[in-house]
Amino acid sequence: MSLYQVQKLIYQLNRDPRTRQRYADERDTVLADYDLTHEEIGALQRPDIGLLYVLGVNGQLLMHFAALHRIEWTDYLERMREGLRQHGPVREGVYAVTGYEGVEAHEARLRAERETR
Amino acid sequence: MPLVYCGACSHAPGMTGRAERADTQTRQALEGAFRRMGDDIRATRPDALVVIAAEHFANFFMNNMPAFAIGMADSYEGPIEDEAFLRIRRTTVPGNKALSRRLIEKVMQTVDVAYAEEWKFDHGISVPLHFLTPDYDLPIVPANINCQGPPLAPLARAWAFGEALRNAADSVPERIALIGTGGLSHWPATPDSGKINQEWDREFLRRWSANDREALLSYTDAETYREAGQGGFEIRTFIAAAAAAKGARGTIDFCEPVPIFAVSCTLASFKLPGI
Repeated sequence: MSLYQVQKLIYQLNRDPRTRQRYADERDTVLADYDLTHEEIGALQRPDIGLLYVLGVNGQLLMHFAALHRIEWTDYLERMREGLRQHGPVREGVYAVTGYEGVEAHEARLRAERETR
Repeated sequence: MPLVYCGACSHAPGMTGRAERADTQTRQALEGAFRRMGDDIRATRPDALVVIAAEHFANFFMNNMPAFAIGMADSYEGPIEDEAFLRIRRTTVPGNKALSRRLIEKVMQTVDVAYAEEWKFDHGISVPLHFLTPDYDLPIVPANINCQGPPLAPLARAWAFGEALRNAADSVPERIALIGTGGLSHWPATPDSGKINQEWDREFLRRWSANDREALLSYTDAETYREAGQGGFEIRTFIAAAAAAKGARGTIDFCEPVPIFAVSCTLASFKLPGI
């Protein structure tokens, strides 16, 4: 139930300018509107993108929460990796990591394939 | 009036938000393919464009998640995302409430669709429109299939939704164009963002082009998740578009894996008879 509450808050922040304003002006009051654990409150407050990812927050919500905090895309991806290193595997949901060579290595491989076509 | 256009395309937010980070030649080719699709749509002189998208928590959340929904308003605002993130200016896009209502009433004959008089576009609709109708001068009828919050509607129901939309489009006097938007294999917004299963994408598009209903509906969500990631659930939008094409064969106009955009960027269309 608690992950649901974290995601609901992020959903409201992403879509509702008034919630965003309230969050900027009186964050603790907004957080108190949701049934959150101390770990979740801390992750939202810092914000700890890596921990939120490990807690199971859907990426389609989390990437916009990161953008709201002016966290650039590459940094966003790195923070999730750091979350995995610090907190272990994703605990819930369908956004678990599955293993990937990384964009740069992948692009280099595709370039090499194109050149040999 | 029979459906005048039926196609499908990617909606990856990286295509606008991280455009300059892709190989220039690939990006230009992709933008050229979008321009051609926009021209093809306009050439059919549509009165409205139905966009079947896989929205990403812009309007619907797990407190009340419809399997299928259609917008019913005279205008829509979008994109909902941070403008600096998506690099698309927020704007008002025209809709057609009366037309939406007639389409919804027809769809409801076979599919229990939700309707929404308020709807904010996210990248699932705003990115394709940015390329296809950059002047936002064509009324949009947004449609959504839940591809985000499991449990998800079975693929056969996505097919039924596409069929219902086709029957609805054919039943109104207006000229209706339709596109599905979504990714094939992808692992968006995770540390695996950029991973693409090209072989899986090719096989899916082979089935899609052949409009092979049985083969398209044979994927299980477990298999899709394993081979194509959670982003692969969005094949429902492509499948609905295939159903709307009513047996017509498809052509892949563009398909290139672009890791920084996190998908095989794909544009495809069906050759509708008599068009």
